[in-house]
Amino acid sequence: MPLRKSTIFITFTLLNLAALLAIVAHAALSSRGAAPVQAMRRGLVKHFSLTDLVLFTDARYTRHPSMADLNTPFQDYPMSFEHFPSGSLLPPPPHVRAYGRR
Amino acid sequence: MGGVEKQRSIIDFTLSSLLRRKGKNAALLTVYALVVFFLASVMFFTQAIRKEAAALLASAPELVVQRTVAGRHDLIPLGYIEKIRGIRGISAVRGRLWGYYYDPLFLANYTLVVPEAFPWGTGTIVIGQAVARRTMTVEGSVMPFHTYSGKPVNLTVVNIMPATTELVAADLILLSADDFRMLFGVPPGLATDLVVEVANPAEVPTIARKIGALLPDTRPISRDEILRTYEAVFDWRSGILLTLLSGALLAFVIFAWDKATGLSAEERKEIGILKAVGWDTGDVLLMKFWEGTAISLSAFLAGVILAYLHVFIAAAPFFEPVIKGWSVLYPQFRLTPALDFSSLAVLFFLTVVPYTVATIVPAWRAATVDPDAVMRG
Repeated sequence: MPLRKSTIFITFTLLNLAALLAIVAHAALSSRGAAPVQAMRRGLVKHFSLTDLVLFTDARYTRHPSMADLNTPFQDYPMSFEHFPSGSLLPPPPHVRAYGRR
Repeated sequence: MGGVEKQRSIIDFTLSSLLRRKGKNAALLTVYALVVFFLASVMFFTQAIRKEAAALLASAPELVVQRTVAGRHDLIPLGYIEKIRGIRGISAVRGRLWGYYYDPLFLANYTLVVPEAFPWGTGTIVIGQAVARRTMTVEGSVMPFHTYSGKPVNLTVVNIMPATTELVAADLILLSADDFRMLFGVPPGLATDLVVEVANPAEVPTIARKIGALLPDTRPISRDEILRTYEAVFDWRSGILLTLLSGALLAFVIFAWDKATGLSAEERKEIGILKAVGWDTGDVLLMKFWEGTAISLSAFLAGVILAYLHVFIAAAPFFEPVIKGWSVLYPQFRLTPALDFSSLAVLFFLTVVPYTVATIVPAWRAATVDPDAVMRG
């Protein structure tokens, strides 16, 4: 007797749900396993007094957004082009926009 | 017929009906799953980066004091340390030496940092993984530099930082204060900025205000502000993400809406025949509910699972060109998985529920009119 279509659909959906549960378990286990690496990275940040993550190394204001000049992104020269796409993915830090208004 | 058996029979019928329009439904399912995949990938990546940034930068300096000259960050006199130390509540102040070095040989920009303690001594450097990759350097190699006056200098690589540190140290070159000053010609009385340690973190805003008042040419940046910078990173409301996402989403919404709401003549005829052979309106709606659910739930589950594999197992290769941008040194990091159930729930309600509802409404309209009228069109 051929398999009913509903059986195939329900099995497929249950398999997908099982995969979803597996990724939840994987996420929990990985973040527990990453604790020593996290601690090592935190130690590095503290020891070297680092202020930013290495996400975009193309311009000063994308490499160290928290330390960016107030006239960012035109710090290189007036009319300089924004570094695309990093400049669009990285909005101006809130403290730069709020500067002078506190 | 029992309740479960009835549902299964309706599902059987629905799937047969979907398979009759194989090509159209397969295209819809693929586009749908791709939209969920893209949205979920951005969501997973953004959340993981933000969580990582919050965890790591909680160890960043409590307060950094920059000096600005003519609107630009400038070197700060170490004499400011004594003035700042006089403010009540400050436990320590020290100068920080760091800067950028452009290597014309490898067309890369390095971040040079002088740690508080550099045990390897002058003439040596410790480099990050991205620097080692770009320059094909191993421990013991010599890296050529040019000082501010153009004089060539060779520094020996004594250590390469492990791959697990890429997110914070990929482009770093650690060196001694003497080598830094020799490379850039920074006089002994000046530093890049000052790091201030505060005994009670609650006093940081007050101390920052006092520093600003005492030394008006300085700009204090607190750890809180650094953390908020990364809370805003990849902000959904800003820039390119909004532009790209809204375009893609609108296109999908129009496509799905058209598919779900505009019943074809064939589908209307099918509903008419079902009603004529004795199906009641509830059964027709149930069939349409299963049709919407089969497509949207399958697309949602497949999209989310693939997005997780893409971001956390394969290290987000589709985002690499976007993040890489103009960078020559590109950090290769694997993010710690972070699953936020509330965001998943929002994604579910934004993708599965509207599509299912949009499938039912037109069917309900067709199912409530006389079968004869529906079949005649």
